[in-house]
Amino acid sequence: MNRRNFIRTGFQAFAGLTIGGIAGLLFSRSSSEEMVWQLDPNLCVQCEKCSVNCVLPNSAVKCVHSYSMCGYCDLCSGYLQPGAKARDTGAESQLCPSGAIKRTFIEDPYFQYTIDEDLCIGCGKCVKGCDSFGNGSLYLQVRHDRCLNCNQCSIARLCPSRAWKRVPASQPYILRGDESKRYLES
Amino acid sequence: MRQRTRLLKIIFVFFLLVVPSLDLSQVRERFPKPDFQTDYVRPNLITPATRSPILEYMDIFVLVAVLFLVTYSAHKQRSRRQIFLLMVFSLVYFGFYRKGCVCSVGAIQNVSYALFTSAYAIPFTVIAFFVLPLIFTLFYGRTFCAAVCPLGAIQDAVVLKPTKVPAWLANVLGVIPYIYLGLVLLFAATGAGFIICQYDPFIGFFRFGASFGMVIFGLSMLLLGTVVARPYCRFLCPYGVLLSWMSRLSKWHVKITPTECNNCRLCEESCPFGAIKKPSETVHLENRQAEIKRLAVLFVLLPVVLIGTGWIGSRLNIPLSRQHFTVSLAEEILLENSGKRTEMTDATTAFRAAGKPTEELFEEARIIQDKFKVGGWIVGGFIGLIIWIKLINAFIRRKQPEYYIDTGMCLSCARCFSYCPYEQVRLGIITPEEADKLGTRKVKIKQFRA
Ligand code: SF4
Ligand code: SF4
Ligand code: SF4
Ligand code: SF4
Repeated sequence: MNRRNFIRTGFQAFAGLTIGGIAGLLFSRSSSEEMVWQLDPNLCVQCEKCSVNCVLPNSAVKCVHSYSMCGYCDLCSGYLQPGAKARDTGAESQLCPSGAIKRTFIEDPYFQYTIDEDLCIGCGKCVKGCDSFGNGSLYLQVRHDRCLNCNQCSIARLCPSRAWKRVPASQPYILRGDESKRYLES
Repeated sequence: MRQRTRLLKIIFVFFLLVVPSLDLSQVRERFPKPDFQTDYVRPNLITPATRSPILEYMDIFVLVAVLFLVTYSAHKQRSRRQIFLLMVFSLVYFGFYRKGCVCSVGAIQNVSYALFTSAYAIPFTVIAFFVLPLIFTLFYGRTFCAAVCPLGAIQDAVVLKPTKVPAWLANVLGVIPYIYLGLVLLFAATGAGFIICQYDPFIGFFRFGASFGMVIFGLSMLLLGTVVARPYCRFLCPYGVLLSWMSRLSKWHVKITPTECNNCRLCEESCPFGAIKKPSETVHLENRQAEIKRLAVLFVLLPVVLIGTGWIGSRLNIPLSRQHFTVSLAEEILLENSGKRTEMTDATTAFRAAGKPTEELFEEARIIQDKFKVGGWIVGGFIGLIIWIKLINAFIRRKQPEYYIDTGMCLSCARCFSYCPYEQVRLGIITPEEADKLGTRKVKIKQFRA
């Protein structure tokens, strides 16, 4: 019986040390900071997977707008269908399938485009339009007020352009234009 | 101003023609930024913050607190009721509130990924969720499974009419978690993805949404769970493998009886997970001889088994590595280059647009396939070893004078306690004399209590 107890204690110590060792090794590589998912708009090809593959019924990926880059074009290629007859707010001339982009007149000939996040489904159609013919001021980002920060983001797994990565929670967005500077200071 | 619009139109048409030849990955500023005449101010791009770090640490705090409470309830209070209430709490907190992420089961993958990918800084919270339940189990048994794990909790809540799984079947199915664990480690280490998360049957319930396939899988698991208690925990969960190792070594594990066992057999059928084992008869000497012979054969067979399963594992490297993005992309590119496929996929389009040389991609893919080959040997050998140990266990019979708990399988749920007459004595429901009378043995056996 004694011998058995001895072997048992040995195994216990071995198990304890193994866990301790792994934990120590992990700690040496760990960060106290949470990692969160973000997509790099410079790699994104707007495949529309973002709008359907999120675990949330209403995807956590939305279109964002770097106003600092926007040309405020009357003829916005992110807002209007390529063959749109009129440059207006009619549903048939809009590119966005859910009518999430609001067009407001600022001054001749400038218009401001604002995304209504509750309507945006993150399909990236507008992004494609803006990227192809405009300044690229519209792009997709994970919105962290919506994202559940899944251990394995189900969009990241299927993203055809490998645009997704884990980023530190203190720099949770990959922005364009002047807006990107907000993470440089910190 | 009109002219300006026309100019823009011309530029627009120009870009229509020229753009396809441009590199799409670059950010362009094709149109000048406007100089506003009015005092218009550009709106600020709102970037909502991530979940506060304080809340992350609160998750760790809740984990430790619930682990302590469950352990206390199981060991000292011996109260199923308390454990049940804690289980409901965990289901609500870790399941529905935290939506199943971060979870200890999934943390295996982060650990494996972090150990093999130095670029990945594994968050502190994830380490805590991985390590703490293991440490607790090494001391007190799988109290984590009893009432902390949300996956366990949701299954435990639907245990209605648990039936007995025949021991041989349970043993055979018991190999699946080891295979799953091996694959999980392999996939995470090579960067092919986190398959536990991908095939988590219950996460859809916590989030009120999942793909159709996963909803069906989850529902059938829960349905099955009404008659086969906790099927995921017993026959799939890869973390359960690690926990069962720890639990087998646990310093203090729960006991069915608070004091003694008189082999009254009342607890025999009480465990829905088949963790209560009957006392085994004395082993006869003639059998012993044959047994030793069989053991000798098994020992000789060990290297054959290991090499065999390892070889099978390494041969699976091609189909398995296909799960890795780089490998599947390389195969698609290869198909397209050879003209076997004319339709380009999103992935190949993106790859070609990025302009990386295909040779580089093929080289990367080959390295990953090699990793899968080495990993396949290790995982295959590991599974072979497990099967071999299971065979050995089936042949070795130890003398066991009383009803006992298989500590590897027991989830410390406290269901069986109240079946024991001595527990009834402890609770003051019956007298010690009444309890003694229920026994089949003349001499009572005192249980070792730490
Ligand atoms: S899945 Fe990737 S490529 Fe597709 S839209 Fe999302 S980020 Fe862009
Ligand atoms: S086109 Fe798609 S991504 Fe752009 S605003 Fe509309 S829904 Fe959002
Ligand atoms: S981490 Fe989860 S919630 Fe966030 S974008 Fe990815 S799938 Fe959606
Ligand atoms: S505490 Fe008892 S009933 Fe619960 S799993 Fe362990 S042996 Fe089975």
